[in-house]
Amino acid sequence: MTDRLRLTFHVNHEPVDVLVDSSKTLLEVLREDLQLTGTKHGCELGECGTCTVLVDGGPVLSCLLIAAECEGRDVATIEGLAEHGRLHPLQEEFADRGAAQCGYCTPGILLTAKALLDREAHPSRDRIREALSGNLCRCTGYTQIIEAVEAAAARVANADEVPS
Amino acid sequence: MTGRRRVVGTPRRRVDARAKVTGQTRFADDLLFPRMLHGKLLRSPHPHARIVRVDTARAAAEPGVHLVLTGASFPIPYGVLPVSHDEHALCPDVVRFVGDPVAAVIAADEATAERALDLIDVEYQPLRTFASPDDSLAHPEPRIHEYGDEGNIHKIVALQFGDVDEAIASADHVFDDVFFFEGSTHLPLEQHACVGLRDPDGKLVLYSATQTPHYVHRALAKTLQLPAAHIRVIATPNGGGFGGKSDPFNHEIVAAKAALLLDRPVKICLTREEVFYCHRGRHPVLMRFRTGVTNDGRITGIDLQTLLDGGSYGSYGVASTFYTGALQTVTYQIPRYRFRGCRVFTNKPPCGPKRGHGTPQSRFGQEVQLDKIAERLHRDPADLRLQIVAPPDSLTANYMRVGTIGLDECIRRVVARSGWTEKFRTLPHGRGVGLACSSYLSGAGLPINWNDLPHSGVQLKLDRSGGVTAFCGATEIGQGSDDVLVACVCEVLGVAPEDVRAVTGDTDLTPVDLGSYSSRVTLMMGNAAVQAAERARTILAEAVAPKLGVPRDRLTFADRRVFDSADPAAGITFQEAVIVAEAAFGTIGTTGSYTPPASAAKFKGGGVGPSPAYSYTAAVVEVEVDPDTGWIAVPRVWIAHDIGQAINPTLARGQVEGSVYMGLGEALMEEQVFRRLPPRLSQALVHKFPSILEYKSPTSLDMPEIVTELVEHPDPAGPFGAKEAGQGPLLPIMPAVANAVYDAVGVRIDEIPITPEKILKALAAKASGKPARTGPDAFPDIRWPEALLVAPPWEGGDGRASNAPRRRSGRKVDAGIEASAGVRR
Repeated sequence: MTDRLRLTFHVNHEPVDVLVDSSKTLLEVLREDLQLTGTKHGCELGECGTCTVLVDGGPVLSCLLIAAECEGRDVATIEGLAEHGRLHPLQEEFADRGAAQCGYCTPGILLTAKALLDREAHPSRDRIREALSGNLCRCTGYTQIIEAVEAAAARVANADEVPS
Repeated sequence: MTGRRRVVGTPRRRVDARAKVTGQTRFADDLLFPRMLHGKLLRSPHPHARIVRVDTARAAAEPGVHLVLTGASFPIPYGVLPVSHDEHALCPDVVRFVGDPVAAVIAADEATAERALDLIDVEYQPLRTFASPDDSLAHPEPRIHEYGDEGNIHKIVALQFGDVDEAIASADHVFDDVFFFEGSTHLPLEQHACVGLRDPDGKLVLYSATQTPHYVHRALAKTLQLPAAHIRVIATPNGGGFGGKSDPFNHEIVAAKAALLLDRPVKICLTREEVFYCHRGRHPVLMRFRTGVTNDGRITGIDLQTLLDGGSYGSYGVASTFYTGALQTVTYQIPRYRFRGCRVFTNKPPCGPKRGHGTPQSRFGQEVQLDKIAERLHRDPADLRLQIVAPPDSLTANYMRVGTIGLDECIRRVVARSGWTEKFRTLPHGRGVGLACSSYLSGAGLPINWNDLPHSGVQLKLDRSGGVTAFCGATEIGQGSDDVLVACVCEVLGVAPEDVRAVTGDTDLTPVDLGSYSSRVTLMMGNAAVQAAERARTILAEAVAPKLGVPRDRLTFADRRVFDSADPAAGITFQEAVIVAEAAFGTIGTTGSYTPPASAAKFKGGGVGPSPAYSYTAAVVEVEVDPDTGWIAVPRVWIAHDIGQAINPTLARGQVEGSVYMGLGEALMEEQVFRRLPPRLSQALVHKFPSILEYKSPTSLDMPEIVTELVEHPDPAGPFGAKEAGQGPLLPIMPAVANAVYDAVGVRIDEIPITPEKILKALAAKASGKPARTGPDAFPDIRWPEALLVAPPWEGGDGRASNAPRRRSGRKVDAGIEASAGVRR
């Protein structure tokens, strides 16, 4: 048996305190121990970007990160992207613009895009393409994804500028 | 009842969008059950070997291991086509490729199962490895399979429609070109996964990431010897399919068997490496096109030969073989046609249906050859094609029935949008444009298991809540089939998409739909849904008409109301209408079903190719080629797709652009290829790079700007006029890239993928005065059987063959072939 490890960290702003196999990756802890299956996997070798989550706000391949490394850190998964029952503008735009076809790469791409928009309010199309280049999508050809990120950026910017 | 459409044709958020953007879509590996165990398959390290002995004792004794299975537990073979039931869940006696499963371990967790795999001792006796079609043609023994047309030839076919030799001999020009299309794989981001379990009644349930729950259902009933009615297969939403999840798979049968034996849920999730072994992807195809052309650019006849590397099992291969020659005739006028195809077994993962199924390879050859024809005749390639576009409502030489055809408009649109006329042959050296066209089926006209049953069924439940539930066996693989189902029901009943719940892909709950393949779902399920909804509307109208005092045929169903079309204010809500009808007639439920029309092709082999409607596409691709490095960039693609009618234009556009993407991947980088391990190892034939990192596919940085045009002329065969969009738009991309490369730097790359290396090789050949081309040199001399002779419609033919060729001696008769749709009629 592998060693067990007590892990305390935050997932989607909520404190988590779990005992896990010390060899487990963050992906495995999220999916298997916390049953947060919104985080997907496509290779478990760090090649496809599908398992992307945010750690302290930055995109991370959860299949390559040993969970023990997350002690005390803030992890954001797709389950936490909508807040107070309202979809994030990225989710709204992805839904409206056909940016999710099979939906399997979608959680990872949404989180990668969120990290981008958190850093840059008005990213250019090239910046968006660059930011998403580590996340493979086999369905869409990326075009509708990029358009959705652009539209969401505009929506976030408007919301920031015009208090509702 | 007619009038403005409310749902169909309007861009709209798909019905399952919220689940997808919130991560709540439950894919197979997301399913967790109490007491669930995990399975792993032991796969062969040998490409071809006899299994001498399997010793599972040490694995079975490992703590945490619950069950070890071998081929002895799975004596009954299966396969998707009735003519090639050549697979076993675990190989009983022979392994046929590196990755073929021989044993399985079911354990408390994946790590334990994996550890126990190492404790299984298998003794193999290696057999000769067949690495290429040439190997398989040259050596009939040892046979990879004990069935098939001859030696290691799985399927060899010859069809002739009119005197092609005469047509080519009498032509002003004869073009004779050999092309090669390398294999590629689907690479869905979701690895195949399934969970088998017994329901509380003790019956088998299998959740699986499958495009074809109906065929998995059949395979389980056969291999496990259970009544089909006691098996429930639930297709979980697929995280991408593209054809790669259309066969029944080893792991599905193993998980089901283990769950039955252990009475516990058993999950098997494949690794990415294993997904490369499952494959069923694009067949590598070598092809030769001999085409006769008149001085004014008309085709007199085409003589096409194809050689398919089938890999180690039958899969859909018989159909794939015919598909390499089925659709040449539906785009352009071809008065005479001969097609000869040969699929061989080799010791590689089995090939099968990938997006376009067997047709992209020969479409590539045909469209590149047309570019060469235009060049030789000093004709614009767009004008040349426009001159020979197949007429609407016609039969082709091989008895495919063309209904609506928007190909000419597709060509005109991409020519106009791309500025083709100003760019073609005028851009500076290193930049070029290429044009190509294609067509694809909107569903196969004949089913795989030949019978007279509907291809798709829909049931509707309406109740006093005002909600509607639509049940259909169709499978959501990302293409939006649930959305199409809901949209068709909404349009007829006048309700909103959020009022309709789709229940799909569940063999217990839903009527059979054959599956998400051959671009069949929108047309077939859509027609079944429309029929079921129209029947429901009739029932409601019958109850509502007397209540409103309005004749039934004056009632309109729209905006969640049922009202008098002459006086829209006079009406009731849809919910009230259902209540009135339920009070009058009892519980409201209706069904609809769809069976394609009879095919005009009555000859053997004519079962592959007929479709209720063909989609058409034209594309212009612009490339930039660096003559020093051979590097190819694609900055822009213009594509026009004749879809008949888009049900949801947002999704239709996504299908077209996704096809452009996947086509560019095939055109420029994707290869499922193999190598020999060095002699100091086993020399085994192994996959060159079974990983996402090294199997290159385009990223967001590689994608061009895409201008998409949907050409909408409703086809009477489709629901609201809809034809397919998921596969056809992929086909023109590869030849358009090749034609653009020629326009850019003047070399022909007659081979897919088109890599910088191949361009440099062709440029070097050109510089040294040799033919400016990279591509295969020759097509092998294959001993073809006597062709089945079918006179074209305009030569007095009736769709039947005039001869019945004798099988050559030594060839085994394919048992059961007459029962196969793939080759029936």
